Amino acid sequence: MSFKLETAVYPEKLKRVAIEPVSRVEGHGKVTILLDENDQVHQVRLHIVEFRGFEKFIQGRPYWEVPVMVQRLCGICPVSHHLAASKALDMIIGAKLTPTAEKLRRLMHAGQMLQSHALHFFHLSSPDLMFGFGSDAAQRNVVGIISAFPEVAKKGVLLRKYGQEVIRHTAGKRVHGTGSVPGGVNKSLTVDERDQLLKDIYQMVAWSREAVQIIRGLFEKNLEEYNAFGRFPANSMSLVRADGAMDLYHGGLRARDAAGKVIFDHHNYEHYWEVISEDVKPWSYMKFPFMKAFGPDDGWYRVGPLARVSNCDFIPTPLADKAREEFLAFDAGRAAGATLGYHWARMIEMLHAAETIKDLLHDEDILGTDLMAKGERVQRGVGVIEAPRGTLIHHYRVNEDDQVIRANLIVSTTHNNQPMNEAIRQVAKQYLNGKKLTEGLLNHIEVAIRCFDPCLSCATHALGQMPLEVSLIDAKGGCLDRMVKNQQAASLTD
Amino acid sequence: MKAPVLIFGWGNPSRGDDAVGPLLVERIDALNFPGVECLTDFQLQVEHALDLKGRQRVLFIDASVDAASPFTVTPLIPGKDASFTSHAMSPQAILHAFAQLEGHPPPPSWLLAIRGESFELGEPLSSSVELHLKAAQTWVESWLAA
Repeated sequence: MSFKLETAVYPEKLKRVAIEPVSRVEGHGKVTILLDENDQVHQVRLHIVEFRGFEKFIQGRPYWEVPVMVQRLCGICPVSHHLAASKALDMIIGAKLTPTAEKLRRLMHAGQMLQSHALHFFHLSSPDLMFGFGSDAAQRNVVGIISAFPEVAKKGVLLRKYGQEVIRHTAGKRVHGTGSVPGGVNKSLTVDERDQLLKDIYQMVAWSREAVQIIRGLFEKNLEEYNAFGRFPANSMSLVRADGAMDLYHGGLRARDAAGKVIFDHHNYEHYWEVISEDVKPWSYMKFPFMKAFGPDDGWYRVGPLARVSNCDFIPTPLADKAREEFLAFDAGRAAGATLGYHWARMIEMLHAAETIKDLLHDEDILGTDLMAKGERVQRGVGVIEAPRGTLIHHYRVNEDDQVIRANLIVSTTHNNQPMNEAIRQVAKQYLNGKKLTEGLLNHIEVAIRCFDPCLSCATHALGQMPLEVSLIDAKGGCLDRMVKNQQAASLTD
Repeated sequence: MKAPVLIFGWGNPSRGDDAVGPLLVERIDALNFPGVECLTDFQLQVEHALDLKGRQRVLFIDASVDAASPFTVTPLIPGKDASFTSHAMSPQAILHAFAQLEGHPPPPSWLLAIRGESFELGEPLSSSVELHLKAAQTWVESWLAA
């Protein structure tokens, strides 16, 4: 786990390539690549401005408001925050959920996983994968996919729509749902709602299976490129069920090293700080989580679909489990270590989410009306779930007046901070030579970032600003080249 | 049967002036105009193209840092969205996606862009944007009555 490129000895002799989104549309990501006098990549850093101000946003509020308020931290995965906060607050009120409440939350979570993964694969990443990483930017977008592959695009839209219907029926509303509350849920599923969802679920399972085959086919077609692209060895961490199964809603923490050896297993997430900690670096606002057993330099790890699929012992739904076995066996296991393997693992999880929804809709408990539980009140609560992008930790302390006095969130993108840096390093070493910025060249870096589906957005936006600015600056600070992309034009160069 | 008119506002209700789109949509919704459906979301996404089906006209409402004060209204035409790795789409791209998915042009659509100033988490609406919101509401009511 090398950091050779992180700190340059003579930075004054280097050129700098900066890829900088300047708009709220995309949040605040920036890639800086320092080149040496021979135009070789010397140092690479990914800067993402992490959530800031959320503690202040939450502190002082009554704890029962938190599951609703935290949805406003992020417009990309509000349901994940809704559920992680609810789990933390279950602990604070000492509640052990009723079977119906837990299954309704699991149903909501599976809906979120399905719609998020569908959006990412069909509309964010498929343009890169189906047109090629260096293809024309005017085509390489969701609209291009709809034009060139209308059936594929339509399935993606309908999968996403279906996932949102699951969320609507379980959370009560299309957005800003209130379904999950400390101690359970406040809405049962009606027979009509269950039947509405059942009507289409078999189609969703079938389309999810097709999606797994699409990404497998792309790997087969581009085997060497996909296996090598941004590849690096890494530790991994995720929740697993007591029997080692994948569990996206609840479980213990398991971590493996790059060779697959278990580092810790079934660790109670209520004490996550016993096994992981966060490092800070002077050049980044975002923290760098690491496993204490290995320290900050070697203890970083990846989370999310690739980590989860390879970390668990099996997936507890048959089609997804078979897909997992095929993925792990493909090309002697090389795809499971590839950064682009994230996409394949993501589609396996989408299939698992669809199967989970089907199973839950057939479970009689899902129509139950025993929705709430309570127990002995305590002051500290930790909730952890596997969000679409990876492990999400919510940690609260609540005083005797029921006000939140401390909040700590570790979001998936923060866990993946160092792995994203590492992927970009590998790609930059492979594809950049420092002489010219091209759309295709920059997109290789974007493709590497996209594998992790980072949540760069903070759910705010304003029309008219430019989402991407790229500058090439020499050692003396002079601008050698500059590229700008915005929503109206694919690229403008001056 | 879908309402012939759709009003769609988007933005984060807890990010200062970003809330202005959903806020205006909520106010219009409370007036119960017949034949009008009001929807909101955090961001525009591709599946929102399906919300345009069966409509006769559509009004998109968002906050803007570029719009002239207090607001601007622009007719929309379908257009490609070339933003990078976007978790959000432009209304023009939504219209384009609709045309591609449905095989016919989208309903006539407009963008109401309300000038915003501050977008920080936990901040209320700016005082100036309160005025923009009132002016925009008057315009929307007359647009619906037309």
